[in-house]
Order: sequence, then structure tokens, then C-alpha cells
Amino acid sequence: MSREKIQICEDLADIMPPEYHKLVESATYGDQDRGWKDIGSSTELIEQHSLCAGCPESIAFRYILASLPAPEDTVFVGSTGCTSLVFPHVAVHNIHSLFGNQNAIASGLKRTLKSRFPDVEKDVVVLAGDGATVDIGLDMTMQSWFRQEKFTTICFDNELYANTGGQESGLMQKGFVAKMAPKGKNFEKVRLPEIAREAGCAYVALLTVSKPNRVEQVIKNAVLVAREVGPTFVQLYTPCILEIGKQSMEGLDEMKDSESIGGRFVQKEYISDEAQKLLDSIKVETKERKKAAKEAAKKPVNA
Amino acid sequence: MNKQVDQKGKRIIASKHVKLGTKNRKGQTYTDINDIFYKAEQTPNFLTGSEVIKEAIRRASVGTSVAYPITPQSEAAALIGELYAEDYLDEYFRGESEFAVMGQCAGAAFGGHRVFTTTAGPGTLRAMENFPMWAGSRLPIQVCVTCRGINSPLSIQPDTLEMHYLLETGMLVWHAETAQDLYDFILKGFIVAEQPDVHVPIAVCCDGFFVTHTKDTVELSPEDLCLTPYNPYESPVTCMDMEIAPYRMMRDPFVMKSNYINYSTHASWQQEIKAAVERSRKHTIALLDGLIDEHNSDREILIVTSGTAVSQSREAIRLLEEEGIKVGLVKIKTVRPFPYEEIKQATKHAKHIFVPEFNVAGWMAREIKSTIPDNERVYCGPHVAGGMTMPSEVIVEEIKTHLGIKTAQNSR
Repeated sequence: MSREKIQICEDLADIMPPEYHKLVESATYGDQDRGWKDIGSSTELIEQHSLCAGCPESIAFRYILASLPAPEDTVFVGSTGCTSLVFPHVAVHNIHSLFGNQNAIASGLKRTLKSRFPDVEKDVVVLAGDGATVDIGLDMTMQSWFRQEKFTTICFDNELYANTGGQESGLMQKGFVAKMAPKGKNFEKVRLPEIAREAGCAYVALLTVSKPNRVEQVIKNAVLVAREVGPTFVQLYTPCILEIGKQSMEGLDEMKDSESIGGRFVQKEYISDEAQKLLDSIKVETKERKKAAKEAAKKPVNA
Repeated sequence: MNKQVDQKGKRIIASKHVKLGTKNRKGQTYTDINDIFYKAEQTPNFLTGSEVIKEAIRRASVGTSVAYPITPQSEAAALIGELYAEDYLDEYFRGESEFAVMGQCAGAAFGGHRVFTTTAGPGTLRAMENFPMWAGSRLPIQVCVTCRGINSPLSIQPDTLEMHYLLETGMLVWHAETAQDLYDFILKGFIVAEQPDVHVPIAVCCDGFFVTHTKDTVELSPEDLCLTPYNPYESPVTCMDMEIAPYRMMRDPFVMKSNYINYSTHASWQQEIKAAVERSRKHTIALLDGLIDEHNSDREILIVTSGTAVSQSREAIRLLEEEGIKVGLVKIKTVRPFPYEEIKQATKHAKHIFVPEFNVAGWMAREIKSTIPDNERVYCGPHVAGGMTMPSEVIVEEIKTHLGIKTAQNSR
């Protein structure tokens, strides 16, 4: 979508909602260097949320939306769960259809957008919880990877079914006592990053959302690799503080604990050779562009 | 929205698509549906039902089709693949299950393509969760349902029970009697389903094997004419392509509001889907020459049914006529919207109404019973199920038995 499409007709400016004015005046659309640092000043994509106070998912949403390379040409596909309570607040086209079919929807959508807009890069990003991604939707998640569908799958891993009240999920740790696992879960946490790698993802990352710069880099990598190379997968630990018995200010500590040495969420990435080559070239380009911009800024204005 | 439909020789509002009259990459000319069917010369071809589906899709300007094997639609789905290989479609692939296929179709429709798929029997039921979602999301996807048994033990034979499950999904449900119907319904179905005041999915059903695997003479429109493309920007809901300025769709998701706003929003949307199905009548009546066909419906004995049960009934009527028993026929073409008023009128003079069906439930008879006054006139049968054929003699026998006329069979 070109920037012209978000302009406001002067005669109608006074009745347009303030969010729309912000969108026109300060949107980060087209800014190649947009990132998590914009979240304080740029609220055009998400401002409020309807999750529990202190839910790490809410900050994950902000980091992800701030890190998209091109939100003006990105369509999200969600699924049923806590994320589906946030999407109505997000000003990027997003689809909720059923529980677990998100990667099937994204497959049809990405191919259609590619065919309808051959000259524009339309990014499709799936964002769903672990129940949708790994349990009810695992078939469609993996089949989209087998087929090398060119979109990014993000899984908000809170290790249980949060929205329905804390039931066991495939990504839950072994031994954890939860609803529907009254004696404790009796099998290991599904190793989804490894499954993703073996199923054909060109870029896979596992991390928590404790460090915004890391989340930003991973999301950018995943979306850019999905454009050029093939499917990408990002698994983010967004603990459900409510269901694991923590206070609203304890989410960050929980994430930090889980990513320290020996933890379940020590950051890891699997990058295919082709994806690595692409990321290296992007890194060089970005460096050169920033250097050129810096030098241009140094020159006197009227030189 | 309720415009007159029969204007200037056009049976339905003429297409105003910018590509009207131009050629596509295959050299076909984008042509208004009225001109394809009512101006262009139709030529007879001897084809199977599966081949007819292919020929309809060749002329339908379809963007995406997703396939999955299940008898008896596998051949049609594979033939559409051949069209893709010949560059008639933009996208085609095999999904992993009917549930996934219908999701992939939804994704393509959300993104703005005209979408076609086929399924049958257990596939229809596996896909079922998607159909009300398609309707609620206002996706005018067309699924061709080649009906087959859904019972266990495994059956692959024709049976129309699955249609009953489709009735309250919010889709248009049409029932083709012959391969000719199938061709006409597929092409006309896209146009009716995509009208901005309708814009809901459509199931074009036919009886598996009887229609898909038998050869019949079908009048086809010229190969170099095709439907005007689907215009996603005429949709009553936003096309999900980020080409329309983004907005926050809801400040609070309705699902979080366990209160009147939640209930009333969902209730009114369900009513709107039902209303959209009803609004399809005027377009359908124009393009299909009515929701029903009538033959001698002023007679005291009537057969009212749909699908290949109609064909078998035609022959039964001929046999009865030879014995001096005069029977009329009402063929139902659209099951959703259901032709309530039409059937009421057509059965006004009937004293006995027979409803032959290819399913154990007799759902069509129930629909008719709920529609007309004095419904004790309706006789639910004859029924066959599980893939049995319904010989015309069976219909003759059942009618005579019910009317107390002695036959070699019933006097034994």
C-alpha cells in the first residue's frame, strides 16, 4: 500500500479519529530502520491491548509490530487464543478464521498476494499460540513448511492453553501439573525448533521477549528470509504469569531465568546456508546505507 | 440493492469490470455472464461430469484452486490441475486434508482471488468447520460437492446425506440434476455468489458417479469466452491485502463481552448472512430461470425432488403415463435459498406429493413438509441409500402402492 492511501481529506480531518491522524503524521511506514525503539512514540499499529496486566505477550506484540520491515504491506494471520483478543486492536490487516488452521490460511493468502501483486513484496506473518501451532494445527504448520510456503510463523509459547484456563499443551514442560494433566505432564516439551529445521524452515529462532533488540533482529531476519528463501519460524517464550502463579511484575524475571544457562529458552537459531548468505548481504547493505546517511548528515546544509 | 434484474435484455446486472471485453493471457475474452449464456452459440459436447467441471473452470477466470483426492471428485480436481499447467489458473496445489484445503481456499479468497475447489462425502464433513467460517467471513468461494456416502463402514457410493449438513452453514446450496446443470450452475454460481449484496460461499452439489462418471451431451459456451474476473473491492467486507487504509477493526473484541453487545452483534451478523442468502434469489431466478422447474404441476399427483432423483422421476412419470396415471414434476434447483413460495404455489392443486431421495434421512421431504400447508399430502419416499440406484420402477411401485393401486409386486 502506498503512503498516499493513508492521507486524510482536509474537509473530514476534524471527524477522523486521533489514531488516524497519528497514522498519517507519524507512521513509520517506509522507514527502513524502524524498530523497537519507536514503540514509545509511534503507536499507529498498536496502542492499547486487552491482555492481563503485565502479560509478556503484550510487549511481544509491540516489539513484533515495531520490527516489521514493511507494516504497510504486511498481513497477519492469527488463531484462536489470547492473541485473538489483541488483534482487533492492531491496525494491520489480520485474519482470524478458526483454531489451528492459521498456516493453511496463510498458504492460500501468500500465494494469492504474490499472484495479484507480482511487483510488490507482501509479507504474510502467522502469529498464534502454542496450542494452535503445535497441537491442533501441527499438521498444517508442518505441511506449510514441507511445501516451502514463503511466510513467517511466529509461535507465542506460553507452555499451556492460557485462554481456556491453563490446560496442558504439547509445549508444556514434562512434569508440570496443569488442568487436564492432573498428575503432571508425562512427556517432554515438543522440540519444535528442531522439527521446524527438519521440516524445511530456512530460518528458525527460539528466544524469550526479555530483550527487545534481540526480538527485533529475529523478526526482521525471519520476515526477510521468508521473502527470498523459504518458510521461517520464530518461537517466543511469553509466559502466562497468571497460570504459572506469578505476579504481574514477574514476567520479565521468569523470562530471564528461563533463558539463562541450562534454561529451556536459551536463545538458539538454525539458519540455512542460503538464508545466511542473504542475511550477510543485508547486513553489509544496511551498514553501507547507514554510513552514507551519517556522512550526508555531516555535510553542511547549504554546501 | 434490490434493483430490477431483467433490464435491456440482461437477466442479471451486467458486469462493469474494467477488463470486460479485453483478453486474458490465454486469449479468452472477458465476457458478461448474460452474453456467455444467452448471446453466444452453445455447442454440444459428449463429456463426463468431471470433464464438464473442467470445461466450466476453463471459462471461469479462477485465481486459485486447491485439490485433495477423494472419490468421486478426484478426477475433476486433477483435471483442474491440467488447466493450471496450461496457465488458465494463477494458483493450484494439493492440500493435506479437506480441513486444510478449505482453509487454504479461505486464505486465497481473503487475499482477493476467485476460488474453486471440490470435495465429497467424508471430505465435506471433515471440512465442515470451514463452511460457516467462509459464510461469516463473506468469502464467495465455490465448492463443488460430488455427493457420496458418509456412513461407516466405508462407502464411496452416491448418497445425498451430506447436503443436509450444508443447509444451515450460510452457504448457497444448489443441486444439479445433470452434467448440463453442473456446467451452468458452476459458471452462474460464481456470478450470483459474488454479487455485492450476496457475497457468500456457494456449494454446487451433484450426485457422485451418476453425474461425475457418466457421459452426457452438454451444450458448452465458446472456449474463447470467460467470466469477468472477481473484483475483491466490491466485497462488503475488506479484502485482506493491505491496499485499503488499515484501521483497528474493533476497540474491544466481541468475544470478551459476555453481555448484550456480544450476543446482539453475533445474532445480527447471523441474520445478515441468512438475509444475504435470501437476497441471492433475484439474481438466481434471473440466471437459472427460477429456483424450481415445473412440468404439469397442476396435476393431483406430484413428484417434488432434486438432483438425479429428478431424472429417475421423469422416466417413472413416463411409465405411469402409459398406464393412464398422470403425474406432475417439480424440480428443485436451489436448496438454499429454499424455494418456499414457489413450492407452495406449485403444489397448490396436488393431493399426493412424492419426494424420492438418495438418502436415508429424507431431509428434502422434511424441508417440503415444513413449507406447505396440509403437509400430510407429502409422502417421504421412495428412499434409497448407501449407493443404491433408484430404478424408475421403484418410484412407480411406491406411488401405486401408496395410492392403493394394485401391482404385481404389492399384490403378492
